[in-house]
Amino acid sequence: MDALSIWSAVILYNDSAYLLLIGLIIVVGAINIVYLIDKAYPMRYILPGTIFMVIFVVYPIFYTVYISFTNYGTGNILSKQQVVNQLENRYFSPQDAEEFSFSTFKLENEKEFILLFENEEGERFVGFENELIPINDFDQDIVDSDNDGKIDEIAGYKRLPQMQLFQHLSSLQDLEYEINDRILRMKNTEYFSSYIRQYKYDEDKDQLISLRTNKVYNPSENGYFKANDGERLTPGFRTNIGWKNYKKLLTDDRVFNPFLRVFIWTFEWAILSVFLTFSLGLFMAILLNDKNLRFRKIYRVILILPYAIPGFISVLVWRGLFNAEVGAVNNLLQFFSIGGIQWMQHPVWAKVALLIVNLWMGFPYMMLIALGSLQSISDTLYEAAAIDGASVWQKFRHITLPLLLVSLGPLLISSFAFNFNNFNVIYLFNEGGPAIPGAQTPAGATDILISYTYRLSFATGRGSDFGLASTVALFIFMITATITWFNFKYTGALEDVKENE
Amino acid sequence: MNNNYESKTVRLIRHLIILLVIAFVFFPIVWTLSASLNPANTIVGQKIIPDNASLVHYKEIFTSDTHPFMLWMWNSIKISLITAFFSVSMTALAAYPFSRFHFTGRRNGLFMILLIQIFPQMLAMVAIYLLFLNIQNYIPSIGLNTHTALVLTYLGGSIGVNTWLMKGYLDTIPRSLEEAAYIDGASRFQAFVQIILPLARPILSVLFVLQFIRTYSEYILASILLNGTEKFTLAVGLQMFISDMYGKRMGVFSAAALIGAIPIVILFMLFQDYIVHGLTGGGVKE
Repeated sequence: MDALSIWSAVILYNDSAYLLLIGLIIVVGAINIVYLIDKAYPMRYILPGTIFMVIFVVYPIFYTVYISFTNYGTGNILSKQQVVNQLENRYFSPQDAEEFSFSTFKLENEKEFILLFENEEGERFVGFENELIPINDFDQDIVDSDNDGKIDEIAGYKRLPQMQLFQHLSSLQDLEYEINDRILRMKNTEYFSSYIRQYKYDEDKDQLISLRTNKVYNPSENGYFKANDGERLTPGFRTNIGWKNYKKLLTDDRVFNPFLRVFIWTFEWAILSVFLTFSLGLFMAILLNDKNLRFRKIYRVILILPYAIPGFISVLVWRGLFNAEVGAVNNLLQFFSIGGIQWMQHPVWAKVALLIVNLWMGFPYMMLIALGSLQSISDTLYEAAAIDGASVWQKFRHITLPLLLVSLGPLLISSFAFNFNNFNVIYLFNEGGPAIPGAQTPAGATDILISYTYRLSFATGRGSDFGLASTVALFIFMITATITWFNFKYTGALEDVKENE
Repeated sequence: MNNNYESKTVRLIRHLIILLVIAFVFFPIVWTLSASLNPANTIVGQKIIPDNASLVHYKEIFTSDTHPFMLWMWNSIKISLITAFFSVSMTALAAYPFSRFHFTGRRNGLFMILLIQIFPQMLAMVAIYLLFLNIQNYIPSIGLNTHTALVLTYLGGSIGVNTWLMKGYLDTIPRSLEEAAYIDGASRFQAFVQIILPLARPILSVLFVLQFIRTYSEYILASILLNGTEKFTLAVGLQMFISDMYGKRMGVFSAAALIGAIPIVILFMLFQDYIVHGLTGGGVKE
C-alpha cells in the first residue's frame, strides 16, 4: 500500500496538486503510525471511520468557510494560473501573416509527426520538434524514392496520404512551431499560418500585457484582468474577495430582501411543521391509547404508512395531486364548488399545500413517539385527578401535555432542526417556487435556506454563485449548530461524554 | 386516559375521527394506485376504479429505454446496500474502542463525534461538489458522476451518528464476557469478532436497515454528484421524469412510485419496532 501511495504522490507532485498531496501524506502517515506503534492500538479500530469523516464532513466544512470568502462561481471557475495559461494561449493573426502549405509525415504506429512546409516564395522547411528548419540545413535522410520531386520519407517518417489526414486532425491542431517570434499553427486542412501570441504575463509585475495593443491589464480585486480604461478580460479567475459576499448578502437590497424573506419563512416553516405534525400526532396517539379500542393494531399500521414510504416518492405524488389543472385536490374541491386554486403559482397557497404535505408525512412519527411516551405516564396521576374532579381537558392540560413535553422536548427540537433543513419536501414539491418578483438571486416564495443555497449553486440557467451559496450555508450552519448544541445540553448528551471519563 | 365507562357515542366518534385521518392517509396512496392502473396516462376525469384497468404502465417501467426505471432502482439499491454495509462495518470498529478501551483522547474523540453531528453534511454540498470536481482531474473513477463518489460521501456523513448509537448499545454488553475470552487466550481483536459482534447483532441490523433507508431516500447529494441518466438513483431519475409532466406521464409515474416505495415499506414494517426505538433514542428519519 505504501508503494501505491508513493506512486500516486509522484503523480500529484508532478501535477502540482499540493493540497491533495499533503492530504495523502497525512493519511498514509497516520495509517503507518497507527498500525506500527502498539500504543496507538485503539486507533486501529477508529481510523477507517475517521478518515472518511475527516475527508467528507470535516474538510468540506472548512472548505465551505474558505469558499464563502471567494468569488468562486460561473465566470470565475478557474484559478489565476489557469486563466493566465488560457489567455497566453490566445493568438491573433497579424496582417502580414505568412501562410505555409504543408504535407505530413508520420512514424508508423506512433503519433509522431514531421511536417514539410512550403511558403509563398516556394522555400521549404522541415517542421521538427517545434522548430522550423530550412530543408537544406536538415541533417537527416530525406528520401524521394521514385524521383518525382515529391519527398516520400523524412528521417524514417513516411508521407501520410491526404486521405488519412482527417484521422489525425486533432493531433495536428496541437502542433506549434516557432518562427521569428511568431507561432506557426494550423489554420485549416491546407495551410499553417503564423500567429502572434496575444497576451504575455509578466510574473514580476503581476501584469498581463497585450502584445497587439500594448495595453496593460492588472488583476482586479474581483477576479479579472482589467485595463485602466475598464476593459476586462474573460474568463475571470477565482480569488479571495474578503467579506464581500457577506456584505452583499446583508446590505445589497436586491440580495438581502429575498434572503430575509427566505430566512423568515424557514423559521415559520419549521415551527408550523413541528406544531402541526405534533398536534395531529398527539391527538391520534391519545385516540389510540386505549387498550380496549377495537382494530387498534390495524389502525396503527395504517397510520404509520406515510412514514414508511420514502419521502421523495410521497412528495412527488403530492405534487401531482396539487397540480392545478389535472390534480386530484382541485377535482375534490370542485365538489364543494371551490375551483381552480393555483397551488403552485400562488405564494400563500403553495405554502399551505407544503404544510399539508409535510403534515401527512410527519404526523406518524409524532404519533409513534407520543404513544411511547403516553404509556409511561402512570395511571395513578389520572386517578388522583379524577378524584379532584378534573375534566378531560384539565387532565390533558395539566398532566398529559406537561409530562409529554418534558420527555419529548429533545425530539421536538430535533424535528425542528430537521424541518429547518427539510430540503426534499420544499425542493421536490415546487423547486422553492413561485419566484419572488424582482429578486436578483434565484429566490422563491417557498424557498427555505437550504434550497436557496442549492439554487444559488446548481440552478440551471442562472449560473452558479458558489461563494454566495457558501455564505448562506454558513448562516444555516450557525443556526443549526445552535439548536443542536442547545438540544445536547438539554438531553445531557454532553454529560454522557463527561461520565465516560 | 383509560375510561372503561366510555359511552357508545364517544366510542363511535373516536372511530369516526380515526377513520377520517385514515382517509387522509389513504388519499394519495389509493389515488396513485388508481392512476397506475388507468391505461390513459392522464388524470383528467379519473375515477377511483378505472374503467378498463390494465398493467400497461407497469410493463413500460420494465421495458422503457428512454427512462430506465429498473436501472435507477437497481442503482439506488446497490448504492444503499454498499453504503449500509461499509458504514456499519466501520462504525462497529470505531465504536468498540470508545466503549471498551481507555486511551488518551478518548473523551475528546467522543466529543468530536458529537460535535460533528451538529453540522448536517448536506450543508457543505457546494464544497463536496467542488471536492469531487477537483478529484476528477486526478482520479476520474471517483470523480463526479460516479457511484463511488456518492458512496464515499454517504459513508463520511453516516459515521458520526451511527458510531454514537452503536457505542450506546455496546456499553450495555457486560465486560465479563470478553474477560473470560482473554483468560482463554483470545486476542483483543478475536474477542471483538467472536464475542462482541455476535452479541451486537440486533444493533448491527437496525443500523444497517436505517442506513439503507436513509441512503435510498437521499436526493440532494445524489442530484449534485450524478449527471448521467444511466447513473441516476431512483430519487433523481423519478424527479427528472415527472417534473412538470403530470398531465402526460401520470400513469407510468404512479406505477414507478409504487414499485419504488414497496421494498422500503416492507423493510420498514418488518423492522418498525427497532426503528421506532432507535428513533426515540436520537435522530430523525430523513
